[in-house]
Amino acid sequence: MNNIFTNSIKKIEFDALIVGGGGSGMRASLELAKSGLKTAVVSKVFPTRSHTVSAQGGITCAIASADPNDDWRWHMYDTVKGADFIGDQDAIEYLCSEGPKAVFELEHMGLPFSRFENGRIYQRPFGGQSKDFGKGGQAARTCAAADRTGHALLHTLYQNNVKEGANFLNEWFAVDLVKNSKDEVTGVIAFSIENGEVAYLKAQATVLATGGAGRIYASTTNALINTGDGLAMALRAGFPAQDMEMWQFHPTGIYGAGSLVTEGCRGEGGFLINKDGERFMERYAPNVKDLAGRDVVARSMVLEILEGRGCGEKNDHIYLKLDHLGAEVLNSKLPGICELSRTFAHVDPIYEPIPVVPTCHYMMGGTPTNISGQAFTRINDEDHLIPGLFSAGEAACVSVHGANRLGGNSLLDLVVFGRATGKHIQSELKSGGGVDSATKSDIEKSLERLNILNDSSNGHDPADVKKELQECMQNYFGVFRRGEFMKKGLDQLNELKEKVDNLHLKDKSDAFNTSRVEAIELQNLFEVAESTAISAYQRTESRGAHARDDYPDRDDENWLCHTIYDPVSKKVSKRGVNFEPNKVEAFPPKVRTY
Amino acid sequence: MFGNKLKVSLYRYNPEEDKFPYMKNYVIDKPERDIMVLDLLHLLKEEDQSISYRRSCREGVCGSDGMNINGKNGLACITPISSVIKRNKIELRPLPGLPVIRDLVVDMTEFYAQYEKIKPFLQNETTAPEQERLQSPEERDKLDGLYECILCACCSTSCPSFWWNPDKFVGPAALLQAYRFLADSRDLKTQERLEDLSDPFSVYRCHGIMNCVNVCPKGLNPNKAIGEIKSMLHKNKKDIIVSDGV
Repeated sequence: MNNIFTNSIKKIEFDALIVGGGGSGMRASLELAKSGLKTAVVSKVFPTRSHTVSAQGGITCAIASADPNDDWRWHMYDTVKGADFIGDQDAIEYLCSEGPKAVFELEHMGLPFSRFENGRIYQRPFGGQSKDFGKGGQAARTCAAADRTGHALLHTLYQNNVKEGANFLNEWFAVDLVKNSKDEVTGVIAFSIENGEVAYLKAQATVLATGGAGRIYASTTNALINTGDGLAMALRAGFPAQDMEMWQFHPTGIYGAGSLVTEGCRGEGGFLINKDGERFMERYAPNVKDLAGRDVVARSMVLEILEGRGCGEKNDHIYLKLDHLGAEVLNSKLPGICELSRTFAHVDPIYEPIPVVPTCHYMMGGTPTNISGQAFTRINDEDHLIPGLFSAGEAACVSVHGANRLGGNSLLDLVVFGRATGKHIQSELKSGGGVDSATKSDIEKSLERLNILNDSSNGHDPADVKKELQECMQNYFGVFRRGEFMKKGLDQLNELKEKVDNLHLKDKSDAFNTSRVEAIELQNLFEVAESTAISAYQRTESRGAHARDDYPDRDDENWLCHTIYDPVSKKVSKRGVNFEPNKVEAFPPKVRTY
Repeated sequence: MFGNKLKVSLYRYNPEEDKFPYMKNYVIDKPERDIMVLDLLHLLKEEDQSISYRRSCREGVCGSDGMNINGKNGLACITPISSVIKRNKIELRPLPGLPVIRDLVVDMTEFYAQYEKIKPFLQNETTAPEQERLQSPEERDKLDGLYECILCACCSTSCPSFWWNPDKFVGPAALLQAYRFLADSRDLKTQERLEDLSDPFSVYRCHGIMNCVNVCPKGLNPNKAIGEIKSMLHKNKKDIIVSDGV
């Protein structure tokens, strides 16, 4: 793969091109495969290796199985409140009201949901769920296939794509969007990982369904492939990102591995200790201690680490103590955690504490879209659709999760909006919509990055730069944020920028060159990290997952809004939150307590 | 012999440079704590960027990193090195029986083709109800041990019958999925599915060697599923004979 010129690369034309073979991508492609439009899914891994496969608990939706009186409006209320009131209410309304249809379709496709005695889909309680708009107690609204719902969902979608004859470009890696002179998106530059062949995949509609980017942090529950490729491509093309400061952290991910350790450990009586063996949560939350809100616990843990009371050689983690519960309780109540801990932390919780750190879990922000998956940019503080560009799932910010996502809403998000995007593209293209062609020089621009990397004869080692980036984000833009720390982080990112632009790709071979893929992924991570850092620094309040101790309160007067990050000026502007659902009255902001 | 060193013998092959594959030895400091084979590969790759392998979830659910570890197929991400080190040595090879693209990366086209051949999707052409199709918990229980397959190919590539006839013998992974749909109360194409499997190769090349059971990283039992399919095929044959009045 030496210097690539536009003349020498293959052009493959599609009506619709979906980048990403996870839940949202395959739900969109399923819709399009049935339509007769020429569609392809470009996926850097075989589709069932996508991160959707790791989802466990379930898909939250008011299908009225556990409770025949359940109502999607109650689900909507919970979601609006969970989002700390900056989720768009038209989108949340669509999510919750269309949800049952989308879930029943999955069942019809064969998804092996667990069942109640009456044969209906099993639903379990999850956090933040209520009946009757918070007045009727805990709801059980999360549809589950044991604790493997994501696996069951992803495989079912792949199977049905096979059934419909969908077209896959597996182990192809998309590098950059191609834009024409009118700023319309006309497809992507991609290469086959297997043999290095570069192609211009031209399309009338390009869907970014590339999932999250949890790998910007040193510690994440995300798969190694979650590098925000689609979002980064959009940023490089000059398109904005929304709410990038909003990252969900889970207090207890296994140190070093990132695998999740359920909150149930603390529910059973486990607690967190620092290097002095002190149960520090007593200081931060005297009443509920270790069972305070996730954001509170995670923030307290980071403070302990920043103040030098972390555990281990580098004082960079916390211990979750469970041994006092006894072998019997652990083996009967938490066998899965015991196994996970033995496998990934190399400790047996019956005898030793589990090393844990607050762990990045989910990206609430992303490419802003409307409920049809159409991406938009901002011109003079107004939304302007980007012809040819769409996004769905974790890569997109539609925004249904606002400042904090509820458990079980991510799987619902990806099927509802993957489906909506597919339907919209179908009707748009069938009614004559589309984009103009790109010129040779437009395409050349999108090849630039690949060529620079292929020409590199010296520069920085991608593995080292990645570690620096992840540690910077972990230290300064984690769970807990403070202006002065973030300023340090921003300075460090500025230094890293030069390194990211000057990576040395030692291995220039074509056959399954994972080093090339990883170098590009690192550049993608940097784009996402930078947008996160700048957005987080700008939002001078605490809301949902964005917790600042220099601005500890929610500030509705100034910040009841989305942030829009413009990658060209690297500036952040505000965008209003939608308070105009169609079928119900809007839920006004109020103090968020549980 | 190596003291605090660990010797990793790694299968290397880059089609652009190597006429033949070869084993390359790497000697590294023995990690202080027990790590997974996948972590070991990350360490080697930091030293030598040119090493290629697949990986994604790194927790045993995506099925990307199936490989042959000291002679036995398994997932690198959930195999602790302590469980496989022999005399301070670990040998890593690609999954056996499939063409090698590069290093530990195999061409899984034939494996996926067998999966697609069994029509791995629910077939029920009746009009779907407005809500879900009902299924009792007992009916749903029959899918346990079947639907959890992660398509890592550890089983099929450890099967001598699959090595011998990868184009005609469906192999343990795809047969497990064939039974997953035969066992699903919602699927209505039982007869057609059985007919598709009734030739001498698709199922009957399984001779119960049990390597599949031995290596499955998810603890599944393809051999049992194949036995169930064989019973259904026998019963089906009898039913056809009876209904023909012979």
